[in-house]
Amino acid sequence: MRRILVVGASAAGLAAAETLRREGYDGTLTLVGEEAYLPYDRPPLSKQILSGEWNPERLPLRARADLDALDLDLRLGHAATGLDLAGRTVLLADGARLPYDGLIVATGVRPRRLPGEGDAHVLRTLDDALALRDRLGPGRRLVVVGAGFLGAEAAAVARGLGTEVTLLEPAPVPLAHAVGEQVGRVLSRAHLDHGVDLRSGVGVAEVSDTGVRLTDGELVAADEVLVAIGSLPNTEWLEGSGLKVADGLVCDEYSAAAPGVYGAGDVARWHNPLFGTSMRIEHRTNAAEQGVAAARNLLRPDARKPFAPVPYFWSDQYDMKVQAFGHLRGHDEVAVVEGELAARRFVVAYRTGDRLVGALAIGMPPKAIRGWRQAVATGASWHEAVDAPPPSGASPRRT
Amino acid sequence: MRVELDEPKCVASGQCVMASPEVFDQREDDGVAILLAEEPGAELLDGVREAVAICPAAAIRLVEK
Repeated sequence: MRRILVVGASAAGLAAAETLRREGYDGTLTLVGEEAYLPYDRPPLSKQILSGEWNPERLPLRARADLDALDLDLRLGHAATGLDLAGRTVLLADGARLPYDGLIVATGVRPRRLPGEGDAHVLRTLDDALALRDRLGPGRRLVVVGAGFLGAEAAAVARGLGTEVTLLEPAPVPLAHAVGEQVGRVLSRAHLDHGVDLRSGVGVAEVSDTGVRLTDGELVAADEVLVAIGSLPNTEWLEGSGLKVADGLVCDEYSAAAPGVYGAGDVARWHNPLFGTSMRIEHRTNAAEQGVAAARNLLRPDARKPFAPVPYFWSDQYDMKVQAFGHLRGHDEVAVVEGELAARRFVVAYRTGDRLVGALAIGMPPKAIRGWRQAVATGASWHEAVDAPPPSGASPRRT
Repeated sequence: MRVELDEPKCVASGQCVMASPEVFDQREDDGVAILLAEEPGAELLDGVREAVAICPAAAIRLVEK
């Protein structure tokens, strides 16, 4: 293999490029990115960048010298627009045709928008974060549409800057579909304690110049509106290529979409054999891990390894750090296994079928969390993990 | 080789500890990473490189001396 092309220059694409070099690949390595910036980190956008705690200079994922050492053919500010699978060529918006022997697709996601939302803010890129940051502060009114993790983090930061914040959420309990109702209520309580006007179970009809119109006709007045209602995978450029796209680029358990073509990061839907199901994960840790795994499997077709991670994510909201392991979606049961929900210091475990599939912790020491992660990684049954003494040795307590 | 840890960037995921437990640990109170060996031996470098690659905060750097 003499020409490898990585499309997408964020966490997954960069991890893939670095891994290729680290594992001895010395051919041409092209990294294509739609944004003009050097690869940068996204989780701080809704945290330290939005709060103004960090300058954008802290965001690059790697020092310039470390990037230079990778000897990349770096093409920033160029979107991929098409793929000729049979001809092994990627087309760029500027008309360039890039031939490859191996391809890694890491084009990520973009924010979903509301119909007719006009100039409402979204939060995905550095430019998005800076535009919103400049509009926050005392005397300003922000309405956030969507109380998922991104919306919740932005609401918390905006509140910390003295902004009046209204958080609108269609579900009765924010994040219940992701982490369960009990944890969703704990997170809701924190918003209320910090003076956010959280309105659950409300529908949004439209965003206008003066605010957000609810489906019941009420206008929630706002100076700024942030729409945080999830993301869409960037797969349009693959249409007609012959690769299968179904809410993400469909990949097998090796993260392969076709011979010599791999997917990584937010854009990739792959079969995770640890959980026996297909998943697409929009979390920072998975981007790096899948970039590494895809690069290794691309380089070593005869020694491929299934990509079978325990997914991990964290979220910072007010003074809480939420940490979660596993595949929580679609769980059948949640149980508090350490600590107290009301004290915002706890571990909850998630059951799907007869298996422990995940755990979520707030305010707990790292060793308490690691034991639960290990139990998820080994495919522990619910009975042995939760009904028997949990890994840290605390007495189990079901709610 | 020298390992550099940008502590304020650390998000306490513990990924480094799992990749390279000989070189990294976590503070008990907030989970922020601790460097156990600033200049680890050659036999530990594969684990450190893995930690650099998967750290979700890009907070670890391996510098050639």
